[in-house]
Amino acid sequence: MKILVALKRVADPDNANKVKIPASGEKIDTTGLEWKPNPFDEYALEAALRLTENGTQPKVRAGEVVVVTFGPKETETTLRAALATGADRAIRVDASDDKLDGDLVARALKALVEKEKPDVVLMGKQAVDGDSNQVGQILAELLDWPMATFAATIREEAGALLVGREVDGGVSTLRVKLPAVVTVDLRIVAPTSVYSTKTPSTHKYNDGVRFAALPAIMAAKKKPLVEVKLADLAPDQALKVSYHGFAAPPARKAGIKVKDVSELVSKLKNEAKVL
Amino acid sequence: MTPQEPLSLDALTAIDGLLTDEERLIRDTVRRFVRERYLPRAAELFAKEQFAVDLIPEIAAMGLLGASLKGYGCAGMNAVSYGLALAELEYGDSGLRSFVSVQGSLAMYPIWRFGSEEQKNKYLPKMAAAELIGCFGLTEPDAGSDPGSMKTRARLDGDSYVLTGTKMWITSAPICDLAVVWAKVDDGDASSIRGFIVERGTKGFETPTIHGKMSLRASPTGEIVLNEARVPKENVLPGVVGLKGPLSCLTQARFGISWGALGAARACYEAAVAYTRERVQFGKPVAGKQLVQEQIVEMAMDIAKGQILALHYGRLKDAGSITPVQVSFCKKNNVGLALRAARKARGLLGGNGILLDYPVIRHALNLESVYTYEGTDEVHTLILGNALTGHNAF
Ligand SMILES: Cc1cc2nc3c(=O)[nH]c(=O)nc-3n(C[C@H](O)[C@H](O)[C@H](O)COP(=O)(O)OP(=O)(O)OC[C@H]3O[C@@H](n4cnc5c(N)ncnc54)[C@H](O)[C@@H]3O)c2cc1C
Repeated sequence: MKILVALKRVADPDNANKVKIPASGEKIDTTGLEWKPNPFDEYALEAALRLTENGTQPKVRAGEVVVVTFGPKETETTLRAALATGADRAIRVDASDDKLDGDLVARALKALVEKEKPDVVLMGKQAVDGDSNQVGQILAELLDWPMATFAATIREEAGALLVGREVDGGVSTLRVKLPAVVTVDLRIVAPTSVYSTKTPSTHKYNDGVRFAALPAIMAAKKKPLVEVKLADLAPDQALKVSYHGFAAPPARKAGIKVKDVSELVSKLKNEAKVL
Repeated sequence: MTPQEPLSLDALTAIDGLLTDEERLIRDTVRRFVRERYLPRAAELFAKEQFAVDLIPEIAAMGLLGASLKGYGCAGMNAVSYGLALAELEYGDSGLRSFVSVQGSLAMYPIWRFGSEEQKNKYLPKMAAAELIGCFGLTEPDAGSDPGSMKTRARLDGDSYVLTGTKMWITSAPICDLAVVWAKVDDGDASSIRGFIVERGTKGFETPTIHGKMSLRASPTGEIVLNEARVPKENVLPGVVGLKGPLSCLTQARFGISWGALGAARACYEAAVAYTRERVQFGKPVAGKQLVQEQIVEMAMDIAKGQILALHYGRLKDAGSITPVQVSFCKKNNVGLALRAARKARGLLGGNGILLDYPVIRHALNLESVYTYEGTDEVHTLILGNALTGHNAF
């Protein structure tokens, strides 16, 4: 199985309060931010690695995982980390963060998919910076491929994936024929979430995203990483989304303490008017 | 006004700019490993005097064992990467770092450096994979800072050596599959000292555990009792005779410790900053009090300077020109600052500073061992004093 995983770097979500917005409100000031891979994309990579191996012999690859990101030269750090973790090959589409939107990324990915011909495109359900939650869906539409979003479990079958999605009130299970686009949710990295046909169903993974072996980190610079021009994938670089302004969320006002339940009920009724 | 986000130590030293992408990725990977796999259990392991034996295969799979050695299944990473990894491990617990240091610098290194090709092929790949756990037996009940006065003897008898003596304070001895034991040969003096690989199962070889330690509780420490233990001649390390054998291993380990201690110090520092920013007394967070800030500032400056020192000497080690005196400087400086930072943090957490719910008292207690092993603080003063004045004061 060949899988294309799209990765995006985002401002470190643990340091979100370092994000600064200049008074003009035109854009977000990214100077001094620490970058991390989008967590959902890391989960997508973990799922892709699990689908291309026998979980009991993780050192032997049984398939190919190609990772792709859009961004300037520095984003190659994100790709190298993915290669160290186990991806086989990487592609950087040279682009500038503020000249991209979900539609353009999806159109460029479509062109890349037509070149690479993966069996599956695996992506995070959304990036935790803009939280747009669009690229996977637009890409599936452009490719006219089956799609499963918010995957919590994936089981490989012959020519298809059985995808469990957590929805309100239960789990909805979809069988998507390959090739397909699948976006993942955080439970995809639980110990028994993903099984390739090679991994015995008794196998349990460690919870979470695997750790790169330190020798693999050193070997990652020998794995292929190519640069592609955005214009070669998407000649039309017009954006559909335009941003009109940015503002920090208003600071939360301090709460109040109530003496007892009756005071709480009275305040909810008379002041908050929610009862 | 809402207080600003505190500046991290890494940002204060701007260390990231001095590291390669690869070095940062190694650091961040070990950092995440420790956070996800070790920290949730750290207090319990310490309280119960248990070592996380179940984590050994994962530690090996990450390539952390013998990581700075080249070939024989070892990762072959540079000294700075190795140092960064050890600092992250010791952010978890000094016991966790001690395990990795002993396996790599004290058990694998002498075989790698002084062993025969056969010994290297036989032991090193399995030790890197943690299929064999090693330990290092130098200290004895009556020979600590003065290892030249050791009493353990090896007597040549036909095709084997017969070892008799007791080693004390040996990290990982209770769980080891083999020990690198240093002993005087026949009736010789310190110049006759040789290294012997003694395998578990050898008759007359026992490793009773030392219980009741109030420090490094999450690291198994034991004795090695050698009672006419017979070791084949092929198990002698052929490449070295005399005290310089064990001492060169210690130089390796001490370099690692000077990085490791920074991790323990950072853990204490971060706990102190987080705690004092939250803890309100006299109407405001105690972090807003000058006396508290003075302590935070001193800790941060100490740790940042120690970091820069370690990085400088790490680069020197990678260039191949670090001396044992410089390693002593680094070990004494960084363990000393870590211990001071731990004690300050202990105080800043008030009563909570003595609870295992916070990492501080655990690190403070652990660092007492780190202060003593691998050359006591005083021994490093004497090494430096000798180098700086030309007078031996031992
Ligand atoms: C938890 C732990 C793990 C250890 N692991 C290992 C291990 O794996 N392998 C191993 O071989 N050893 C190990 N050690 C032993 C350690 O290296 C020794 O404890 C250390 O070398 C000090 O020896 P000692 O305890 O006999 O103290 P001593 O040498 O008796 O020292 C007592 C005091 O006298 C001071 N002193 C000694 N000589 C002088 C002098 N000339 N001038 C001034 N002051 C002096 C010392 O600095 C110290 O303050 C470990 C120790 C501990 C606590």
